[in-house]
Amino acid sequence: MPSSDIPTSRPGNGRPSPAAIATVGLRKSYGDKTVLDGIDLHIPAGSVFALLGPNGAGKTTAVKILSTLITADGGQSQVAGHDIATSPDKVRAAIGVTGQFSAVDGLITGEENMLLMADLHHLSKREGRRVSAELLERFDLVDAAGKPAQSYSGGMKRRLDIAMTLVGNPRIIFLDEPTTGLDPRSRHNMWGIIRELVSDGVTVFLTTQYLDEADELADRIAVLDNGKIAAEGTADELKRLIPGGHVRLRFSDPAAYRSAASALHDVARDDEALTLQIPSDGSQRELRFILDRLDSAGIEADELTVHTPDLDDVFFALTSGSSSAQPKEAVR
Amino acid sequence: MSSLALAVRDSSTMLRRNLLHARRYPSLTLNLLLTPIMLLLLFVYIFGDAMSAGIGGGGADRSDYVAYLVPGVLMMTIGGTTIGSAVSVATDMNEGIIARFRTMAIHRGSVLIGHVVGCVLQCLLSVILVGVIALAIGFRSTDATVLEWIAAFGLLVLFSLALTWIAVGMGLISPNAEAASNNALPLIFLPLISTTFVPLDAMPGWFQPIAEYQPFTPAIETLRGLLLGTEIGHNGWLAVAWCLALTVLGYFWSKASFNRDPR
Repeated sequence: MPSSDIPTSRPGNGRPSPAAIATVGLRKSYGDKTVLDGIDLHIPAGSVFALLGPNGAGKTTAVKILSTLITADGGQSQVAGHDIATSPDKVRAAIGVTGQFSAVDGLITGEENMLLMADLHHLSKREGRRVSAELLERFDLVDAAGKPAQSYSGGMKRRLDIAMTLVGNPRIIFLDEPTTGLDPRSRHNMWGIIRELVSDGVTVFLTTQYLDEADELADRIAVLDNGKIAAEGTADELKRLIPGGHVRLRFSDPAAYRSAASALHDVARDDEALTLQIPSDGSQRELRFILDRLDSAGIEADELTVHTPDLDDVFFALTSGSSSAQPKEAVR
Repeated sequence: MSSLALAVRDSSTMLRRNLLHARRYPSLTLNLLLTPIMLLLLFVYIFGDAMSAGIGGGGADRSDYVAYLVPGVLMMTIGGTTIGSAVSVATDMNEGIIARFRTMAIHRGSVLIGHVVGCVLQCLLSVILVGVIALAIGFRSTDATVLEWIAAFGLLVLFSLALTWIAVGMGLISPNAEAASNNALPLIFLPLISTTFVPLDAMPGWFQPIAEYQPFTPAIETLRGLLLGTEIGHNGWLAVAWCLALTVLGYFWSKASFNRDPR
């Protein structure tokens, strides 16, 4: 049989790149509502992958399926090289999951939560104590270790949650909206924690509705919209999909505004606000060109801003089609 | 690790978790103990004279009625305690920690086994507490042999196990704690319409089948026989059959509910 007939191997002489997570045609629906409509993913080991999407896009469902919490209706998925449908326990041994809602036992203390995890990972008593003390220290929970977890703040609960996930030393970690509901400081702490995980060589599958978070942390980003992957690539690749970089000049003097508009080519005018938009990639050369033109015409703008397309632009451009589906959701 | 060793290890970890919960938050179990204790005191001290006069054909004094009443109240204690199990299972299933357990490479059934063993232990503790109160108000079982005592203990364990598995199943199908305590109501209601308070032949004829064909009556009659030396007859086998049937039913029901995709 020619090798090109084997779907799992890449054509040519190279071995398939080691994928931590690979899915083909993943589908899931609840009743007649399709949540995931054929998702293909290939996430290399040791990378950070962000699944980005608005609320209700199916991000959590994807995490639940890939972490063996629920079963898919269709498609094939391999996590850590094991099929999630046929050998879920092998998948479970390789992964750690931190959900959207903290998966800690609120009735017992932080330390008891850690020791519970150590017991369930079959560590010896001494090893369990060592690992749990180490992680409590690393996540700044030593002072709170003796208090019931339900008394913790949102950020502390989330830190305990991740610490519990790390007890088993997982190679692949699912983080379902790890910073939702956190204050800015806790959010930045969490980003630091995630970067540390990555430097240890862990594969991170992250879902988020925050674009800056995906931009900040992820090697590759997939935009999920209405159960389908609307776009996938690095943050830069995604940004390149969307035109929209421009220089914006604002004037207070209408005369200066008019002469600037005639001095520059290809401008979009806003006569009411006295602003001009010039398409630009924001490079030094293009900026100098604009400034030279203004100088030689003796015009001074009150304000100059450079706008480069960010993931927000990408996100809104790619998910705008879903606005027709919004009223339906509002009824629910 | 072999799968049996894994099952034992993970289940005992889960049991420790449940006992920790019960120890730290004992109010649920203690509240459930109030019903059997109140009924015991009410029927002995308030209705006691009338009840024993009615049952014993007029001759029996109150201590005879205490003897008659206690075995039923002990079984009712088990029923009441298992309601707590239904509630705590339902509460637990809404916690994120259960989702975590489901994504870990642990013995699948250990979560439920931990709950069941924990609840059986709580049932026995409750039975001992109510038993001490019964002794304090004059209940004696001095005629029973050691063998009968062991058999009585075995019956209490078996009955606790059966009702607990049913309660766990009820907890698993309940969306929240309130629904669980409603769904588990039969566990405290059935002993009220059994032979806990009066014998079968003191009930109206149309009602007797209702009291007779349910798990509490044969279990109570058997326990009464073992502790007091009254006639057990076919009730012994009936009680064991009920227990085994409920255990098997509750086990498979709970297992199927737990293995379903979580809400």
